[in-house]
Amino acid sequence: MNAITFVLAGMLAAATPFLLAALGELIAERAGVLNLGIEGMMAVGAVIAFLTVHQFGTHSLGFLLAGLAGAALSLVFAWLSISLRANQVAAGLAIGILGQGLSALFGKNYESKTVSGLPKLSVPGLGELPVVGGLFTQDFVVWIALLATFAIWAALRFSKMGLVIRAVGENPAAARSLGYPVIAIRYGAVLFGGLMAGFAGAYASTVYTPLWADGMIAGRGWIALALVVFATWMTGRVFFGAVLFGAVSLAQLAAQAGGVNLNSQLLACLPYLVTIAVLGIISSNRRLLKVNGVASLGKTYIP
Amino acid sequence: MPAPLLSLRGLTKTYGTVRANRGIDLEVAQGSIHAILGENGAGKSTLMKLIYGVETPDAGEVIWQGNPVRLTSPAEARRQGIGMVFQHFSLFETLTVVENISLIVPGRKAELAARIRELGQEYGLEVEPRAHVHSLSVGERQRVEIIRCLMTDPRLLILDEPTSVLPPQSVTRLFQTLTRLRDRGVSILFISHKLEEIRSICDRATILRDGQVTGNIDPREHDAHDLAKMMIGRDMPAPRPAIAREPGEIRLELAGLDYRPDDPFAQSLSKISLRLHAGEILGIAGVSGNGQAELARLISGETTRPAAADEIRMMGKSVGHLGAAARRKLGFAFVPEERLGRGAVPEMSLADNSLLTAHRFGLVQRGLINRSREADFTARCIKDYDVRTPGPQAEAGALSGGNLQKFIVGREIMLAPKILFVSQPTWGVDIGAATAIRRRMVDLRNDGVAVLIISEEIEELFEICDRIQVIREGRLSPSLNVAETRVEDIGRYMIGAEERAGI
Repeated sequence: MNAITFVLAGMLAAATPFLLAALGELIAERAGVLNLGIEGMMAVGAVIAFLTVHQFGTHSLGFLLAGLAGAALSLVFAWLSISLRANQVAAGLAIGILGQGLSALFGKNYESKTVSGLPKLSVPGLGELPVVGGLFTQDFVVWIALLATFAIWAALRFSKMGLVIRAVGENPAAARSLGYPVIAIRYGAVLFGGLMAGFAGAYASTVYTPLWADGMIAGRGWIALALVVFATWMTGRVFFGAVLFGAVSLAQLAAQAGGVNLNSQLLACLPYLVTIAVLGIISSNRRLLKVNGVASLGKTYIP
Repeated sequence: MPAPLLSLRGLTKTYGTVRANRGIDLEVAQGSIHAILGENGAGKSTLMKLIYGVETPDAGEVIWQGNPVRLTSPAEARRQGIGMVFQHFSLFETLTVVENISLIVPGRKAELAARIRELGQEYGLEVEPRAHVHSLSVGERQRVEIIRCLMTDPRLLILDEPTSVLPPQSVTRLFQTLTRLRDRGVSILFISHKLEEIRSICDRATILRDGQVTGNIDPREHDAHDLAKMMIGRDMPAPRPAIAREPGEIRLELAGLDYRPDDPFAQSLSKISLRLHAGEILGIAGVSGNGQAELARLISGETTRPAAADEIRMMGKSVGHLGAAARRKLGFAFVPEERLGRGAVPEMSLADNSLLTAHRFGLVQRGLINRSREADFTARCIKDYDVRTPGPQAEAGALSGGNLQKFIVGREIMLAPKILFVSQPTWGVDIGAATAIRRRMVDLRNDGVAVLIISEEIEELFEICDRIQVIREGRLSPSLNVAETRVEDIGRYMIGAEERAGI
């Protein structure tokens, strides 16, 4: 029973770095830009947030600066891939590596230092329930991430802005012929992706594990990227995938702690395997894939 | 006489060294249907892009309702009251009809849907507003495009080759819509190279050749022959007569071919049966998207079938499981509909492109390319098929559509095939080249080759085919003898005779 309580209480927080980064990437990809630099943008966000919180002790300022740093790095990527029409894959990888390098540089003197995390806010009434109570006791950022998920789902589905982003992603030439500024829209989408990646990094370094270690993002940006693709560019599935990954990560920790007699390396693989299997199965519907797929994804647009 | 709605004075546009439009003068009257007539490459599309603000002219002026205007973007053109329906639709397939329309028309979706229905009834443009565009037929998509334009309340509507994608009955319906629009004061610029259409609906025609205006006439006072002469600048070559001959043995047979593609947007095929004999031309008519692409891939061997199925036979041999190369070895030659990327590699020279299918004809020896034979072969193809190009080393992608098509058809014919399969032989090809390609195919038939053609141009099929079968929703009609069939009969099969006209 303890394990279930543990997983329920922690899975949303564990999912939040993935969720924030993947939501940002979702918008960029929906507009047709594949940003492979997410990992580096998260790393830069993480270090900027950690330094800020370490210095001033205010998380809100840390998140703000981390978001701006992620966006700034994504601006370089956007300039390379959209304005200079560099290959998106190559530009994304390069910017990602640059971000990881910058992160290591800035964080050099802070190795193993810690900051305080964030207090948890509980939904009155629900938070005191047995077993599931932990699910309703989360820090502020988790609640914001949940709201953001809903807002992005609604925006893509119902708003004019979402419609335009989808149109640009499907057929940029046609969108331009209707008079939409394709370049500006793609820039905006990429910057939003960078901003969210910065937030995601900030959450990882100052809230989830408020301790600095070089390379602490540890592939979470890549998982976020994979989530977007496996979720067939649908917001609800991105959320589901992120929470599933978070839940299985905690479950395998609980299993190790509970003395389950299995190779620990194998257990550590479990979140990856389960997420790939589940999302792979739900994304096998080719009709959905075609309807939600982004036709111009990764292709350089030349007006 | 009232002032013209739109006047163009000396409009000029140059792309690199190509002068696409040179000093174009044009006047479109209020409430008229005005044709822009010209061959591919004559500058029609460029001119329309200038009027719709997609491109800006290098020189000349545009006068709209008496005032000089600068149209710098499509949004600006729409604001002035100019709407355009593109030949290749600019609809978003993954969005619904009403979402597509809301991209340029402000308003709540419910109100827009109501207006779409209203306009649909008024002008005969019925379409379901909540349907996804990818599920619509080509005719329906065109209606969506027209409605989208009408909702911005235009004074001038530009239609770029609107009938090239429609079956005959839908063309009639489109013309009724256009006439109704004209009667309510909307002027229409109608781009086409189909002479009979222009004679039947337009009250004015401007003819373009090589980027210049060569005529400004009332098309009802001239016959199609005159118009063609003005358009191509010389007399039309006469079509090659087909010699009456008994068809020979069966070269290609499809027996009850069933096919379900993996791609959800592709058309399934069911019970496709046809027999193609030596010395005949069989045409497959139909509106695009009814299974032509899937059928072409199955016949060419790009899609293979399990060996047990035995649904496709060439020269009496079951070939369903064989790939494209193995089928070519049996004497099969194929010209796909996409010239760039499938019929030829755009970045490669013509010489290297001939190597792609002619490698068995001594061009490759002991695994090495024989460059001189390759050059000979290519030079012969260029000369015999009148391909206008600097030479065998020219990049395939640099050729105009018509010239590249002549090259590809020539290359395939030089392989001396037993079966020649050509998909959309004259798509986007100018009249001169199209006539040349059709004559070649008739020659081939007269020499006893089995020729199979997929085409959307009914006139073309009637001109050269012995028999026609119509493909619709993945099913093939019975074989119709061209000599005993009328165009309307084909049209009925194209839309499904049991359904109401105009789908």
